[in-house]
Amino acid sequence: MDIFYPVQLFADWVSYTVFSFAKNSVLGGAVNFFIFDGIKIFLLLSVIIFVVSVIRSYLPPEKTKKWLSNRFEIVSNVIAALIGIVTPFCSCSAVPLFIGLVESGVPLGVTFSYLISAPMVNEVAAVMLLGLFGPTVAILYISSGVIIAVIVGFILGRLKLEYLVEDYVWKIKVNNQMKVDNKTVSDRLKESCQYTINLVKTVFPYVLIGVAAGALVHGYAPENFLARIAGKGNPLAVPLAVLIGVPLYSNAAGTIPIVKSLMEKGLPIGTALAFMMSVTALSFPEMIILRKVLKPKLLAIYIPILTLGIIFTGYLFNLVI
Amino acid sequence: MKIQVLGSGCPTCKKLHEITVEAVKQLNLKDSVEYITDVSKIVEMGVMSSPVLAINGKPVMVGFLPDMEKVKDLLKEAQK
Repeated sequence: MDIFYPVQLFADWVSYTVFSFAKNSVLGGAVNFFIFDGIKIFLLLSVIIFVVSVIRSYLPPEKTKKWLSNRFEIVSNVIAALIGIVTPFCSCSAVPLFIGLVESGVPLGVTFSYLISAPMVNEVAAVMLLGLFGPTVAILYISSGVIIAVIVGFILGRLKLEYLVEDYVWKIKVNNQMKVDNKTVSDRLKESCQYTINLVKTVFPYVLIGVAAGALVHGYAPENFLARIAGKGNPLAVPLAVLIGVPLYSNAAGTIPIVKSLMEKGLPIGTALAFMMSVTALSFPEMIILRKVLKPKLLAIYIPILTLGIIFTGYLFNLVI
Repeated sequence: MKIQVLGSGCPTCKKLHEITVEAVKQLNLKDSVEYITDVSKIVEMGVMSSPVLAINGKPVMVGFLPDMEKVKDLLKEAQK
């Protein structure tokens, strides 16, 4: 049995008994969809964010940087991208993280793998995908994010761009004496709880707006209208989706329910994945913050390579699935 | 006691500064809270995430927004 079956029963009860909509009416269907998805995502967000933040409390960057100087650089790229899955950082941590890694001898390309994977394989986005599309799409999203992070990081590492990092970065003296604090398990649980509540509070309004918009599309947009304008036959759809995704950074949580409804109306999976990746990975605020440590030329190399990686993934999934 | 909040000026860091100022007031401490947005100061402390709450130059809370009670506890502990 589906573990969300009781939620469906509840949604049915509210929409058809409490509000007494007709069972096959468009409005009734939209309301039902809104209640079911809203509750389901709330439950998934709370549980998974909590688990991820407990895992993360064992992996502070001060500790993981030691694992990132492998003799074979590509191995470090892979480890960095994997660590990035469970350690999303608020964009305000990007600069100290970057300086800290580069200073402790982690190669520039490996640092980039981490910087790409951490925001792109976003915990909230992964949860929303799991809740709305099921495990296959969530795993596809996570693994293609990791692969892009590894490849783009590896390429940037080969280009030997160290001279394009702002000079002051190399001059900072890092005090490595700081001991990684030994928190008790109850401390970790308490902190994770706090973090989960804060995060759910911040993103949930966007989730609700997104689910509502998604419910409207679900109920009212004509079948297959997107298949005609943005289907596999239109080669410009993927780059266009990536462009539209760039300014939507702060609303990653709200965009996914809309994307789900758009897919029901014929948006191909690759185009949808490329769109979601550009929402999470290509964010203006983060680029502006990274400018503090990277010379403009390095940003001008980094952004197009990452963009091409995302577009390529979009085409690939459209071809394969 | 030297109380510092370090961050890169993001909303979370500003919130931590507000909470800390309020905690100091509620504990009737005379110390002022310094707000530092120079990221290199964070890195010099050996820390790699923001925001940071530092007391007497030592980071006591890193990369996470605690509630008021937690900040008060940390301040009380440091006073001893």
